[in-house]
Amino acid sequence: MSKIPADLKYTRSHEWLKVLPEGIVEIGISDHAQESLGDLVFVELPEVGRSLATGEACAVVESVKAASDIYAPVAATVVAINVQLAESPELINQDPYGRGWIMRLKPTAQGADSGLLSALDYQALAAAG
Amino acid sequence: MPFIPHTDDDEREMLAAIGAPSIEALFDEIPPNLRVQSLDELPTGLSELEAMQLMAARARQDRRALCFIGAGAYEHHIPAAVWSTITRGEFYSAYTPYQAEASQGTLQSIYEYQSMMASLTGMQVSNASLYDGATAVAEGCLMAVRANRRSKAARILLPRSLHPHYRAVTLATALNQGLIFDTLPYARDAGHLSLDSFPAHDGQDFTALVIQQPNFFGVIEEVDALTDWAHAREALVIAVVNPISLALLKPPGEWGAKGADIVVGEGQPLGCPLSSGGPYFGFMTTRMQHVRQMPGRIVGATVDADGRPGFSLTLQAREQHIRRAKATSNICTNQGLLMMAGTLYLSLMGAEGLERVAATSMARTEELVRALTAIAGVRRVFARPTFHEAVLTLDRPVAPVLAALAQRDIQGGLDLIDHYPELGPALLVCATETKSSADIEAYASALSEALRPARAA
Amino acid sequence: MTLSLREKLIFEYSRPGRGARGQWPGLPASAAVDALPEGLRRRRRPMLPEVSELDAVRHYTRLSQLNFSIDTHFYPLGSCTMKYNPRACNAAALLPEFAGRHPLAPIEHGQGFLSCMYELQEMLKAITGMRGVALSPLAGAHGEFAGVAMIRAYHRARGDLARDEIIVPQAAHGTNPATATMCGCVAREVAVGADGDADLEALRAAVGPKTAGIMLTNPSTLGVFERRIEELARIVHEAGGLLYYDGANLNAILGKARPGDMGFDVIHMNLHKTFSTPHGGGGPGAGPVGVSARLLPFLPLPIVGREPDAERVAAKPIYRWLGERDLPQSIGRLTSFGGNAGVLLRAYVYMRMLGRDGMRRVGEYATLNANYLSARLQQIGFEAAYPQRRASHEFILTLKRAEQDYGVTAMDVAKRLLDLGFHAPTTYFPMLISECLLIEPTETESKQTLDAFISAMAQILREAQEDPEQLHGAPHNLPVRRLDDVRAARELNLIYQGPAG
Repeated sequence: MSKIPADLKYTRSHEWLKVLPEGIVEIGISDHAQESLGDLVFVELPEVGRSLATGEACAVVESVKAASDIYAPVAATVVAINVQLAESPELINQDPYGRGWIMRLKPTAQGADSGLLSALDYQALAAAG
Repeated sequence: MPFIPHTDDDEREMLAAIGAPSIEALFDEIPPNLRVQSLDELPTGLSELEAMQLMAARARQDRRALCFIGAGAYEHHIPAAVWSTITRGEFYSAYTPYQAEASQGTLQSIYEYQSMMASLTGMQVSNASLYDGATAVAEGCLMAVRANRRSKAARILLPRSLHPHYRAVTLATALNQGLIFDTLPYARDAGHLSLDSFPAHDGQDFTALVIQQPNFFGVIEEVDALTDWAHAREALVIAVVNPISLALLKPPGEWGAKGADIVVGEGQPLGCPLSSGGPYFGFMTTRMQHVRQMPGRIVGATVDADGRPGFSLTLQAREQHIRRAKATSNICTNQGLLMMAGTLYLSLMGAEGLERVAATSMARTEELVRALTAIAGVRRVFARPTFHEAVLTLDRPVAPVLAALAQRDIQGGLDLIDHYPELGPALLVCATETKSSADIEAYASALSEALRPARAA
Repeated sequence: MTLSLREKLIFEYSRPGRGARGQWPGLPASAAVDALPEGLRRRRRPMLPEVSELDAVRHYTRLSQLNFSIDTHFYPLGSCTMKYNPRACNAAALLPEFAGRHPLAPIEHGQGFLSCMYELQEMLKAITGMRGVALSPLAGAHGEFAGVAMIRAYHRARGDLARDEIIVPQAAHGTNPATATMCGCVAREVAVGADGDADLEALRAAVGPKTAGIMLTNPSTLGVFERRIEELARIVHEAGGLLYYDGANLNAILGKARPGDMGFDVIHMNLHKTFSTPHGGGGPGAGPVGVSARLLPFLPLPIVGREPDAERVAAKPIYRWLGERDLPQSIGRLTSFGGNAGVLLRAYVYMRMLGRDGMRRVGEYATLNANYLSARLQQIGFEAAYPQRRASHEFILTLKRAEQDYGVTAMDVAKRLLDLGFHAPTTYFPMLISECLLIEPTETESKQTLDAFISAMAQILREAQEDPEQLHGAPHNLPVRRLDDVRAARELNLIYQGPAG
């Protein structure tokens, strides 16, 4: 049974979003996602400063059997990336909501996260398969 | 029936187990109107004896001639141990090493090959081969576009002195993905890429510069200046090299201040027979930072469940069977057996053997050029040093001269009129370590005769 | 105790100054070498082995003994067609006149070779029902590229520039969508129905003015014949698209049905599958393409042409290479020279040995073997993915029930088969069926071999119930145990760095 913290928002493509102070949001992939991918071997991160449109592919997580794109849940600028993932991609497997965070974004529009899923809705989606 | 072992009893028992009345019944899901009515257009079968007699007769039609053609395929001595080893059934009839535990022979050979090619080219990592030199150049250009984040242009600079077939294949492969190709001229007298002809590109965003060393004419390029020029403009350098020449020439990893970024080339000179153009193998090496952009298979060392060292395919997430539409390339089957031939060849020759092959080939070509240019009407075209090929001009069209030589079982070289009409009647000649002084004498003598009638007029 | 490699690296045999001296030419004095500019000369030797000829031969011979191969093991890899590679084909291709011929040699010196190539083109046309064949693509994926490029060229020539979508079934081989991308197209997936045939309703919805074409194979990757192929072809053609046939499964219907008759506009053939050329541990292959009349102008170059009888002149060569002048609308040249000629010669000899009856028998006995294995494996307790369908030359078993009941996966079964002396079938492809094994015996295997495989599978089923650890820990009896893929990808060690590394 994969973990789905109630205080986060989610996307259909298995990213989670956490609101941080000063309007920054933090992005990662869900426990369900890391479980399906298996042991991660590499993470390709965007450059700090890059601007992203909603739904734009901006990172790649790679395991032995799959390579998945990560899509920006909101239109935003990249303000930070988790450089630990270069040496230790397994952080995402071990702690997908904590030390396995992938990037931090500054959304370009207010209320842009309204299209995202609640934990409950995401749980239904993940269960459906 | 060749190769099908079933007896009548076998067939009967198998149909009984399936519960079908006949083999034909097994095809009952195919609509009747789609069933083949007649195969009469095809010949009837042959026994192995008949087939070998047929092939021997066809082979006899193709006389063994004295070959002085290079142009991307080179005749070198292949030690007998190369093909006797790689045609062992365990290599010849093995599959792609997806089940690593059952393929350690293939996988370790690939790892050794990768190590040799990386070192030979002065780079940090190699793939397990591509189809051939031409497609390797195409893949190199596509890879440069993926790897060069700074460039928005997808524009590649190709020298006119790049092998014309490599250029044609690169365009046919990469234009569909929106790449743009610009041509750089060569210096008319010396035959190399001269920076003096480059200023038109200053300020323009381009992704990569392709440098072939030696170039199609056999001429040695000023690779350091060219590499630094491209890097100063934030473009990548794609080196296209002859692996035998790397025994004597500086490897691309050491070109300029920072070295080339991607290295590709044709592996045929390493243990692959001329065989009318294939199978050969393409090679590609690069720096570690670009390894995820490199197409083709890659083998990595690892350990097994007991901690014993072993090898497996790695970084497969880039490849078609996982990444599908976003794969680095669609390549699946590559040229495994020929890559093995290359590995055996490099193991048998070693660095010293390779140097001697390179030096002897250069010496033979030098001897050939001296002998031919001693004939009136034959001139060497380019002034710069060359590897083991040279361009000569004749005082008359080349085709009839080559035809006259062919009549005497001498293949004199490649007529350049179609690809390089600006050179006039020009001929690309090559002599490797397989040519003796007697062979060169025979060519010179035949050419002298072929050119004689016009002189009398 | 630290375990070491079964056979050490070639570099570990090196000793300074050692070498296969009998292979080295003498070192001549050469003004040309002296003339090489100092700044362009190599300073340090490359790291290549310094070994005797015996050590090299011994090392690679020992490595070969660590491999499975068709010559040593039954190899039921689905969609790979691991049939016997006749040695006569190799002997013929390596005849000195063929092996020693330069690709740019005059055609007068190559009529024997060119006649074989021409006849190969003609035989491939006849067996597939296509109007034209080009031999130059170097592998199946390369042929796919040629095929999709021809489809694009066809639409462009008609002025129809909107068509950039290639429809691909969900179960398609990964090369299909990868090829679509390489040709600057967008791959659009359609679903497959519950009975294994394509979902025609979904297809109807997917085609339209943006459809360039559809890539299919028949029998499909699910191992079953696409029964409504003619209707499918009509749907796509009516929408203005073309049909591409992936020839990976041609062995199932060789001599029994032809893609050209089904309505396909372009096909590629895998000579290293259907036509028995060696797999070589990962190639070389050959992927010739065949086309219907409307795509003839776009075939890749070069192609072998023959002077028509009426125009023959005595002593002039009959066979020649056709080039840009003959096919001005060609998609171009896809390889340095004429293709993998040595592979093409092997396929030619194979087809001549089979002849028309032999080719028909290939389809028949490949299908008999697959249906036999499928029936018997189901009888001993395995679950087929499409039990109600005829197997083609291959079929799929799903282990999802075994996974639920015993925790045993397709991977475990595959690895245990290796212990029992059989190469594993294809696993986890097509991705549509969970825990699947795609099994293709080919026609060159005897009933005895198939029965031995069935016994091994029966043993595995017993072990799944009684002693699953045997399976989880497999293989136990090979030169290495199960290898750590994750470590191979995380701690990249891709070249030997010397004794310290």
